[in-house]
Amino acid sequence: MDYQVVLRVNNLSVSYKYTEVIENIDLEIEKGKIYSIIGPNGSGKTTLIRALSRNLKPKTGQVLLDGVNIFKMNSKQTARKMAVLGQNNHTLSDVTVKNLVQYGRYAHKEWWKGSDREDIRIVDWALRKTGLENLQNRKINTLSGGEKQRAWLAMSIAQKPQILLLDEPTTYLDISHQLEIMELISRLNKEEGITIVMVLHDINHAARYSDELIVVKDKKIYKRGDPWVILENNVLREVFGVETEIRLDKETSKPVFYARKVV
Amino acid sequence: MENEVSFKDSKKYKIFIIVCIAVLLIIGFILGNAKGSMEVSVQRIFEVLLNDDGSSERLVIWNIRLPRMILAALVGINLALAGAILQGVMNNPLADPSIIGISSGAGLFGIFLLVVLPQYQAFVPIAAFFGAMLAAAIIYVLAWKGGIQPIRVILAGVAVSALFGAGISGTLVFYSDRVHGALTFMNGSLSSRSWPEVQTILPYTVIGLILVMVFSQKLNILILGDDVARSLGLNVEATRLGFTALAALLAASAVSAVGLLGFVGLIVPHSIRLLIGNDYKLMFPASALLGAVLVMFSDTFARTILSPTEIPVGIVMAVLGAPFFLYLLRR
Repeated sequence: MDYQVVLRVNNLSVSYKYTEVIENIDLEIEKGKIYSIIGPNGSGKTTLIRALSRNLKPKTGQVLLDGVNIFKMNSKQTARKMAVLGQNNHTLSDVTVKNLVQYGRYAHKEWWKGSDREDIRIVDWALRKTGLENLQNRKINTLSGGEKQRAWLAMSIAQKPQILLLDEPTTYLDISHQLEIMELISRLNKEEGITIVMVLHDINHAARYSDELIVVKDKKIYKRGDPWVILENNVLREVFGVETEIRLDKETSKPVFYARKVV
Repeated sequence: MENEVSFKDSKKYKIFIIVCIAVLLIIGFILGNAKGSMEVSVQRIFEVLLNDDGSSERLVIWNIRLPRMILAALVGINLALAGAILQGVMNNPLADPSIIGISSGAGLFGIFLLVVLPQYQAFVPIAAFFGAMLAAAIIYVLAWKGGIQPIRVILAGVAVSALFGAGISGTLVFYSDRVHGALTFMNGSLSSRSWPEVQTILPYTVIGLILVMVFSQKLNILILGDDVARSLGLNVEATRLGFTALAALLAASAVSAVGLLGFVGLIVPHSIRLLIGNDYKLMFPASALLGAVLVMFSDTFARTILSPTEIPVGIVMAVLGAPFFLYLLRR
């Protein structure tokens, strides 16, 4: 075996009240890769990522992080290995960017200790990685959408996680900020080796930046694989209900598509 | 906007504000001891405090004014901390023990024990604590819909408050022969309170102050939102339960000592937020100080303005508090 599984999902089902939202999902996430979960609205993407991140208790099945059931680990142990960023983060808090990033170190500290040299070094590193050095004393609620998202990402990477789970990291952002965030995520993966699992709405972004796509449809994983395997006329027709035109993007040699019409 | 730390955000400014409030506390303390039907000079206050010369000043200050001032400060601290905590754990800026029914829960259980089983008077704070926890539990159950919903907190809180309030009124009517000073209980009053009430509340204030200072960082993280806090490694459920219990304990002990005193838990944390921001590490000590200042001044005012008649401090609090709150909203 020349690859390593960071996150393994066995027979996972989640239900709200009495309706199943995802059913019997099995999944392996390999170390160091980027995965994007795509699928139509209401297919269970967000539920899946929330179950992977301990935010939802599954009805059956397990999520194993480095071989250990995440519901058997304590909160801090999980947080040292896995960081999660949800869809809309708004807060009453008026913390500065730097303070927010310092909170990322929470799981690594005992409650009676302040920041040690290691924490300071990592916070500086996270601010630098996300290009926030010049905004570090600003309050989070004064930042623009893209800056805010970078600040939340900086907080997450200050946890020094092996794996980062993101739920639609680019929603509410305009196109240039979307690209900026996607590039940042890609860099974090290439340069720091952080495994990324994210829900994405934009299929072209998913194809361009991911090693593997996971298509969720009707509570189940419909198909998973290389972007070229997933961006196929029949897959897109069956899952999203659209006729598509698929091309090669010469620069990235990844597929891009546009939707012609609804089937 | 600049990246530089503005003066208002600097630590120096925040410490300066806290020192100012502490100075106000000292002024309030001296004023409270000096004013009243018998005026005592500042110098005399310290003289009689330091040695028992058997004078009438000594008697008035040592037996009446001093314990009353201390009690006012302790009640102010407890209610301000309870409000600051509840606003964080319930994700709602309007959460205040008296508005969302925590105080009424404490009041109902406390007063019920007092009139039905008067021999167990010593257990009033404990009964009040269970009442406060019950109120908090009902609010959570009603306000929970895949996470705590700020608007539902207030709606549920108002309902809980009305329900327990009705219970209190009912108890007071049924046992009207046994309840003395029902009116002062409903409005919150420090009238004729002395050292026994100080003893009742002091341990809770001390425990409360220590715990909020030790665990302030957890609340800072909780207010980022449940999902974010969980991702950062905070045990969200345990933190929320622990802080709620602490707020209930603080509010219940205040209610046991002086009755239903409103607005403190609302005005104080808000003013502090406007002055020095949301960081609970500084907010807790600053709120505690300002809570003490507010109740001390209000009580001195309530005691002296229509002298020799005393008005319940709760009425002063409402008269001061409501317009002040509106002013805060307008800013």
